[in-house]
Amino acid sequence: MAVEVIEKKNKNKRYKPVLDGIPDWPVYQLSKNRKEFIEEVAGQSLTRIKELRPTRKQLIDELEATVYREQQRMKRNRWRVDPQDEPKFWSKVKSDLVELTAKPLTDEGNNKEEEILKWIVQRYANEIAGKFNPSSYKFARNIIKFWFARLLNAARVKKFGAVFRNQYTLRDKIQIVGKVKQLRKLTKEGTIVMVPTHVSNLDSILIGWVIHSLGLPAFIYGAGLNLFNIKIIAYFMNSLGAYKVDRRKKNLPYLETLKMYSGLAIQKGAHSLFFPGGTRSRSGTIEKMLKLGLLSTATEAQRNIYLNTPEGEEPRKIFVVPVTLNYHFVLDAPELIDDYLSMKGQDRYLPEEDKYGSIQLLQFLFKFFTKGSNISVSVGRALDIMGNYVDDEGNSLDAQNRTINTRDYFLSNGHITIDNQREDEYTRMLSQRIVAEYHRIHRVFASHLVAFVAFELWQKKHPKLDLFGLLRLPEEDLELEYAEFKQTCKRVRKQIYRLKKEDKANYATHLKGKIDLVIRHGLENVGTFHLKRPLLMNKKGNIVTQDLNTLYYYHNRLVGYDLEKFI
Amino acid sequence: MTSRNLSDDRPVGVIGAGNFGTTVANLLARHRKVLLYARDEKVIKQIIDKRENRGHKMSKHITPINDLRFLAEQCDVIFPIVPSAHFRSMMKKLSPYLHPYHILIHGTKGLDITLPKGQTIETVTKLNRNQVKTMSEVIREESVVVRVGCLAGPNLSKELASRHPAATVIASPFNEVLSIGKRLLRNDRFQVYGNNELIGVELAGVLKNIIAIASGALSGMGYGENARGLLISRGVVEIIHLGRALGGKTKAFLGVAGIGDLVATSNSTFSRNFQVGYKLAQGMSLKEILESMDEVAEGINTVRIMKKCADYYKVRAPITNTIYQVLFEDLTAKEALNYLMRYPLNVDIDFID
Repeated sequence: MAVEVIEKKNKNKRYKPVLDGIPDWPVYQLSKNRKEFIEEVAGQSLTRIKELRPTRKQLIDELEATVYREQQRMKRNRWRVDPQDEPKFWSKVKSDLVELTAKPLTDEGNNKEEEILKWIVQRYANEIAGKFNPSSYKFARNIIKFWFARLLNAARVKKFGAVFRNQYTLRDKIQIVGKVKQLRKLTKEGTIVMVPTHVSNLDSILIGWVIHSLGLPAFIYGAGLNLFNIKIIAYFMNSLGAYKVDRRKKNLPYLETLKMYSGLAIQKGAHSLFFPGGTRSRSGTIEKMLKLGLLSTATEAQRNIYLNTPEGEEPRKIFVVPVTLNYHFVLDAPELIDDYLSMKGQDRYLPEEDKYGSIQLLQFLFKFFTKGSNISVSVGRALDIMGNYVDDEGNSLDAQNRTINTRDYFLSNGHITIDNQREDEYTRMLSQRIVAEYHRIHRVFASHLVAFVAFELWQKKHPKLDLFGLLRLPEEDLELEYAEFKQTCKRVRKQIYRLKKEDKANYATHLKGKIDLVIRHGLENVGTFHLKRPLLMNKKGNIVTQDLNTLYYYHNRLVGYDLEKFI
Repeated sequence: MTSRNLSDDRPVGVIGAGNFGTTVANLLARHRKVLLYARDEKVIKQIIDKRENRGHKMSKHITPINDLRFLAEQCDVIFPIVPSAHFRSMMKKLSPYLHPYHILIHGTKGLDITLPKGQTIETVTKLNRNQVKTMSEVIREESVVVRVGCLAGPNLSKELASRHPAATVIASPFNEVLSIGKRLLRNDRFQVYGNNELIGVELAGVLKNIIAIASGALSGMGYGENARGLLISRGVVEIIHLGRALGGKTKAFLGVAGIGDLVATSNSTFSRNFQVGYKLAQGMSLKEILESMDEVAEGINTVRIMKKCADYYKVRAPITNTIYQVLFEDLTAKEALNYLMRYPLNVDIDFID
């Protein structure tokens, strides 16, 4: 790859583990007392749900809705990973409920519905809980390291036998930039909640590697249950400390149990990770709206820590660390953008389908290592749960760099109070801060630039067409004069420089330098390994596309920076 | 919050001893001790000596002070009520003493602008939301306080002081702020409503001043209630269009803070903004009018800012534009009226789906 000369020499270095032995890791402590922890999660979820549905009638209605949804799910969308005894369990719940509602409701009773709810949340808590195991963690880690390295070398050094070389490691492939030192330090000062952007199926694995590679202790994280369908991935996920998030289940008992699991784990000091966008970004844009459910568990955990820490002890602080993953090439792009367009086009119902089996995933990984171009991971500056920046000692700072006591946000009249409406608002504010940070630390790649400029130019040339009209144009008819394309790229790049100066964006080092080289780098990398290339140069030296949909996808990465008016 | 807190001895703070600030301090003093911050030592002395300010009798529970730090240390709940032109600089001074546990409920119906270097409000041609901020946004930008709210609605100081029945709106995304505000202000003659649309309510209070000037001008020309009915109903439409362009939600403009305030101000000869319009129609120049008034009419600045925002966001705002021309160019009130009567308005209501 000739273009790599313009990529700055990779400074990634090896990091020593922050904490020496696995027994010191919070996640290990959690798994050692797994049974008690699950009990606690179930117990507190039960209390919470009873608060939310205070009367007998409300609770019974909720249970009936839950049973109905669960039976629908089993009928329509069963997965390999779902437990065998599931239908039996739910039909028992159903018949007990029927029996209960057959009699008239009185205010006192034997509280059968509470018992049923208890079965359900216990079941859910067990389903969600991860199984961290130090020896399989080590084993999995070594396997991943070993095979990743093998694959990489096979791909890079194109000689027979290269599989057994150690010339390249993942470190050369994945650049980690940003506030790494601070992150390592804060791991010891408090509890980290890492919130990455979500682009590709690869993210879960990639981020696991990043955490390990930075010498951080294992994080617990919510991984989509669909990933556990694949036995081998399930094994790794389990051993890396993942807990399961089943996006098919939208019923209240499940959601509350899930939030309770995450919240209590954070409260007990387990470093956590979740993708606050929920699912992969379908359109390719950087997340604009975050799911507030899991995020709110961080706010609540911090409040409980302040509430429960005895006087004289230092309350443990929670640090929210935004991370962006930047790719030149996203293997899932065509599928994602199809989903997005059909959703936007006709409001089609989109089931959470399980598209990947073991083979597909291995193929995916293989393609990634043999073909995928470089990836960069930007670690953002840590925030407190209100979105204030924190310094390396973990102190929250205001805009004038004065220290803020985060505890003060929870005070009313000098006392810590529990006010759910207030905390919902805090969570919303935090989510806006995270979105702003994503845009600030996201590294613009040359490939994003060329895709953005090309698509916007075509849009400008067809002002009367809406998005769908534009996407229906035959690709053969679209051609951009190189001179015009180059000038526009230059203009937009200048604006990206300005944004960086204003601290609203960041870019990869390869974006600098001669614009012709940057464009070449962009063209060579933008969605390189799709069957149909989103953007390339024809024999005349002009810019053409083979697939407008995926071009639109890569273009979307730069939406949200208000660059459209500079086209 | 429990009832125990009602009898809490901590005082409530008010910043700004203008007409409205003084009125609010008196309302608060019915429930709690009040610290009233005034910039001017003479005002403080006068309140201490005579228990009187700007024609208002001052409650004995009000202590006038000149120390922002002391005020912030003593009070968890603070009502900043200073003209929008001084609001940001006041916040900069107050900010070092504020903590996240403070609650700020402001009562300023104006906008803050930050201009690019070398520009003045006269030279800048267009303004957008990056430069134009509501007071709650200024509080958030300048301090660590997040629990922010505003007072809006028909609060004509003179009527409140003479205990005519009236209502106010407290707006804040935080229910906690609403309930504290209600408890501190409500009395048998004063109803307090809560609203979660902070930005919309702030904008409603700000934008209605434009219509108040227009209404004053109608009276100044000697026209009656048919004309005013027309003005107010078209005014609501214009306010909603402008307000939505600046990020307010339609709902906020239809309540007490929107229509309620608009009707009150447009009919009130007490209102300073109304006075500005009235005097313009009588042929006084803007300079003469400003010299004749003891307090700022926020509406004048609002017209100046909103004209330029309307241009930026491409919002049709015929009333704002013509008032602008009357205030700052040489259009007379008569010509303005003629123009507006010929303006092609064929849709009555287009903001409700």
